[in-house]
Amino acid sequence: MRPPFRSATAGNEPLKTLDFLFQRLIKAAFVVLGVVILNFLLIHLAPGDPAAVMAGEAGAGDEKFIAQLRAQFGLDQPLWWQLVTYLGNVLTGDLGFSYRNNVPVAELIMERLPATLLLTASAFLFSLLLGVVLGVLAAYKRGTLADSLIMTGALIFYATPLFWVALMAVLVFSIHLDWLPPFDMESIGADYTGWARFADIAYHLILPTVTLGLFFTALYTRLTRASMLEVMSLDFVKTARAKGVPKARIIRRHVLRNAVLPVFTFASIQAGQLVGGAVLTETVFAWPGIGRLMFDALLQRDYPVLLGVFLVTAAVVVTVNLVADLLYRIVDPRIEAAG
Amino acid sequence: MKKISRLALGLAGLVGLAAITGVQAEEAKTPVAGGTLNMIAQPEPPILMVGLNTQGPTLYVGGQIYQSLLTYGTGLEVLPSLAKAWDVSEDGLTYTFTLQDNVKWHDGQPFTAEDVVFTADKFLREAHPRWRYIANTYVESIASPAPGKVVFQLKKPFSAFLYAFELSSFPVVPKHIYEGTDYRTNPANQTPIGTGPFKLEEWKRGSYIHLVKNEDYWKPGQPYLDELYFRIIPDAASRAVAFEKGAVDVLRGGDVEGFAVRRLAKLDGVETTTAGWEMYSPVVFLQMNTRKAPLDEKRVRQAVMHALDREFIVKNVFFGLGKPATSPVASTTRFHSQDVAAYPFDMAKAKALLDEAGVKPAEHTVRLMPIPYGSQWDRLAEYVKQQVEQLGFKVSIQGVDPGGWSQALSEWDFDMTFNFTYQYGDPALGVARHYLSANIIKGTPFGNNQGYSNPKVDELLLAGASAVSAEDAAKAYAEAQKILTEEVALGWLYEMHNVTISREKVRNLVTTGIGLNEAMDEVWLAQ
Repeated sequence: MRPPFRSATAGNEPLKTLDFLFQRLIKAAFVVLGVVILNFLLIHLAPGDPAAVMAGEAGAGDEKFIAQLRAQFGLDQPLWWQLVTYLGNVLTGDLGFSYRNNVPVAELIMERLPATLLLTASAFLFSLLLGVVLGVLAAYKRGTLADSLIMTGALIFYATPLFWVALMAVLVFSIHLDWLPPFDMESIGADYTGWARFADIAYHLILPTVTLGLFFTALYTRLTRASMLEVMSLDFVKTARAKGVPKARIIRRHVLRNAVLPVFTFASIQAGQLVGGAVLTETVFAWPGIGRLMFDALLQRDYPVLLGVFLVTAAVVVTVNLVADLLYRIVDPRIEAAG
Repeated sequence: MKKISRLALGLAGLVGLAAITGVQAEEAKTPVAGGTLNMIAQPEPPILMVGLNTQGPTLYVGGQIYQSLLTYGTGLEVLPSLAKAWDVSEDGLTYTFTLQDNVKWHDGQPFTAEDVVFTADKFLREAHPRWRYIANTYVESIASPAPGKVVFQLKKPFSAFLYAFELSSFPVVPKHIYEGTDYRTNPANQTPIGTGPFKLEEWKRGSYIHLVKNEDYWKPGQPYLDELYFRIIPDAASRAVAFEKGAVDVLRGGDVEGFAVRRLAKLDGVETTTAGWEMYSPVVFLQMNTRKAPLDEKRVRQAVMHALDREFIVKNVFFGLGKPATSPVASTTRFHSQDVAAYPFDMAKAKALLDEAGVKPAEHTVRLMPIPYGSQWDRLAEYVKQQVEQLGFKVSIQGVDPGGWSQALSEWDFDMTFNFTYQYGDPALGVARHYLSANIIKGTPFGNNQGYSNPKVDELLLAGASAVSAEDAAKAYAEAQKILTEEVALGWLYEMHNVTISREKVRNLVTTGIGLNEAMDEVWLAQ
């Protein structure tokens, strides 16, 4: 019986990886295309269109005005033609023009994407690291008070709605204790540069990251603990123990490496959900990210912005999954080109 | 001896104190230049070009950049803005405006009468739904006979014409930037060029809009403030926190929830006012689709009115921020009449009216679609449902988002909904549009969507609009209000009061009937 964590075979590994990457990229492109087409159709199924919303805001009772807006936006064309035009434009890298903001969609998205990526990446790392550490600790100290405390905490945060956590965090840490800023990504009007700006953003990042990350921390803690316990009951661990390997070393070298795999899988799938959670977090903390842009565009039926956001977030999620698959092959070489 | 000197000292001290406070009182009235004013733009405006978007936050920010020919006092008196004088011919057909001298656009180009002609005849006629109605219906020609003069020649008299030059109705745009371009895609929309006291410095979408003082502003020595920040804080609770923590100095009506208004108003050094909305005077109404049984029956609509306790609505649903409406024309608007049918809260009367009409409420299910503008409207829907159900009807509440709401309203696919209308000072501008039968147009969300039609009312509203004398207009509008209330063309619920909350150090914040949309060239910060 060979230890499952040692590299399996030598040979043409890099070539296989390239081939695998290529296949996955093609699949990824199809997934994104599917997402775009599906969303396009779903959006147009929803009642109302941007011309009607804009006319409503202008307090207009003039059908010619609405017809003029529709013609300007290309909404008077048949739906299939609108879709073909849109896809054609996307292929040439043109995400369209926002009806409401009167700017190219790509510009709007690129302005907001970094903030969301920063927030979601920090929340992702925070929740994954803390979740795995706590999960390992709980499994290691199984049945003790520490285990109970960790698991109770995890259960509470797993069950608490995100926006409530956000509001409570503001109440406690910003209003009562006055430790952390309640909103914004950086101090407005301060014009920091270099390290000062970095520190300023990091300071503003703490509350939103923790808020967005807590639910996922709870999730990963529970998952890691369960997975650890499962692996700990496997034969090879018993063998190791019988051989007299110290417990800490068994946990670190044998159990954790195996137990963390399902957590990785899960985390890569959860990346999409993290973007969803970012909509709420960004709203409460006035974080200038893409989530809020998406929400406003949805209410105003700003189709090009909405589709652009879906396209970009789909691309991000697919990329994260792709990277996860690659990492997976490194962590667990048993998975080969089969992926 | 010691005692006396102490007394003397004390007296001297008192005198000195009085002198100092006297000086302070004097200082408190003299504007001081400098400082930054922090506000909130909620929701974030899509664009700052007021000619293309007239949503509240767009006007709030854009009103510092763009200006109109006229503005209006809190009593709706007509005041100068880019026009320093105006003259109306006796037949009510010729309006001559004399423009301010030495006005420059933010890019340094001179502002001229040609800009006003272009704005009226080209830009707004294409892009602005309210102006295009006025221009196409009443205006014969717009011309500049001499530098600094603009003449509007009307086809027929229009008694509301002088009220059509408010910022949201007539923002003057630069001809040299927009002529011959596609207005909506013109890149200059992102770098607005106006004549106002502040210029756009930076707009970081999702974070803030930063305006700076226009050093070449046409009022010498003004504005007093150096910088304006409009912060973007999407969550209502966070906006309240922002004010409490001092990150912002001003909250506009609607920036925070009604319950937070009371709490914030009690903070130290905080002032509140409901002034500054007289030009808009939003009136909230229950829109009942008069095409659908049983709401097509006048007595059923009257019964619904009697079943609603409007005092209760104002007090409990809207936290006292308003007063019950009695007429389609707000009490602050021109030609408001008191001589109208009244609907005191009276369930017995309501039920009697239903009996009289021979309507069996149990046979009808009424769909109620609240306007999707926040939780207060949902609570209003719950109250209306409860009351209408007490009459015996079945009521189902339909939740929709803004797009869905516009769509249902445009397609007349509703039984009951809420809406509110800005009055713009005169019935012909903000009120008549909801009752004229010519405005029953499928496919548009903001007209006579309830399908109310009465030739006599049409005649009266048009007569009021075309009257040359104010007395004739008042007479026609009074009669129209009488009929409209008697027939319950809409169910007027209440006149919305919007509260502006600000720190005491902010002076001259609300000076006119357009309130915070007014150019803040008089605003200053006490030290």
